[in-house]
Amino acid sequence: MKSLMAMLKRYWGVLRRPSVHYSLGVLTLGGFIAGIIFWGGFNTALEATNTEAFCISCHEMESNVYVEIKDTIHYTNRSGVRATCPDCHVPHEWTDKIARKMQASKEVWGKIFGTINTREKFLEKRRELAEHEWARLKANDSLECRNCHDFDFMDFTRQSPRAAQFHSTALAKGEATCIDCHKGIAHRLPDMQGVPGW
Amino acid sequence: MTFRFLPLSLLAVFGLAVAADVNYPLDAPAPDGRRPGGTITQEFTPPPLRDEENKDLRRERNYPEQPPTIPHAIRGYAVDKNANKCLSCHSREASARTQAPMISITHFGDRDGQVLAAVAPRRYFCTQCHVPQHDAKPLVENQFKNIDDLLYRENPATGKQN
Repeated sequence: MKSLMAMLKRYWGVLRRPSVHYSLGVLTLGGFIAGIIFWGGFNTALEATNTEAFCISCHEMESNVYVEIKDTIHYTNRSGVRATCPDCHVPHEWTDKIARKMQASKEVWGKIFGTINTREKFLEKRRELAEHEWARLKANDSLECRNCHDFDFMDFTRQSPRAAQFHSTALAKGEATCIDCHKGIAHRLPDMQGVPGW
Repeated sequence: MTFRFLPLSLLAVFGLAVAADVNYPLDAPAPDGRRPGGTITQEFTPPPLRDEENKDLRRERNYPEQPPTIPHAIRGYAVDKNANKCLSCHSREASARTQAPMISITHFGDRDGQVLAAVAPRRYFCTQCHVPQHDAKPLVENQFKNIDDLLYRENPATGKQN
């Protein structure tokens, strides 16, 4: 402990002492360039984890949830616009994204210890996992839905009467948010016993 | 190893011999129904898919007991052990909130006529009886006459013509 303190003290001394060998220009410019490289590298790595290919590189995702989305309108449709995993499951804003990524460290833990590494374990946990996502989308007013489905640009005349009825009332007043009604649109549902509205 | 396929190949040879013997065409003409013309192994270009009608307008029933057809799209609706998307609007509890027609009283009883408090398991799978409709020409001609037509034919004085 004592030696560790001594070592830390020595390094602190090095950091505090003005540079002898390098000019201020080298230090500032070098620091600037190194900063760009590190920051760019960090963001590139972050973006690499924000791709569908990364998500389904784990069999837990590939053989459960990814198979399920393939039937749905968010995977295949007439115009070919599609949502990938991070479009709905990772916030697009930087701070929220970092917060979500920090939360995802729990998922790394789960991967290492095989929390859902069989179909049975996954089904067992599905309700809990789904509830996390419902709670997240409820809390942020279905932000990830609204990244594409912007309420301000919804044309009720192009919606079916019952869709227009609910969107122009409950959704417009803010009483309900997308996820309140649109659960299970991209993946199969868990046992919905006791879920409000089901 | 060498003899494993012997019975199989013998059977195949025998089968071919029999088929050739009775002069039965292996590629029989398909029955003219939903897929007129051609033989069984011929592949046709399927007719284009149609959208489900989504007008939310209730359709007339051809007879009183007919399960009403679904007047809206139901793509991706979950109806399984875990969840029933139809009932999330049409159930007794939800119908006031959603203003969707409540499932009829016939759904609350078992086959012995015993009244149940909740949807009977035999009535749980909605699409067994209720189906959406497509805006497409019927594949086969339908000569169904509804009850009003029949009553009119029996006795034009009392029955009304449809």
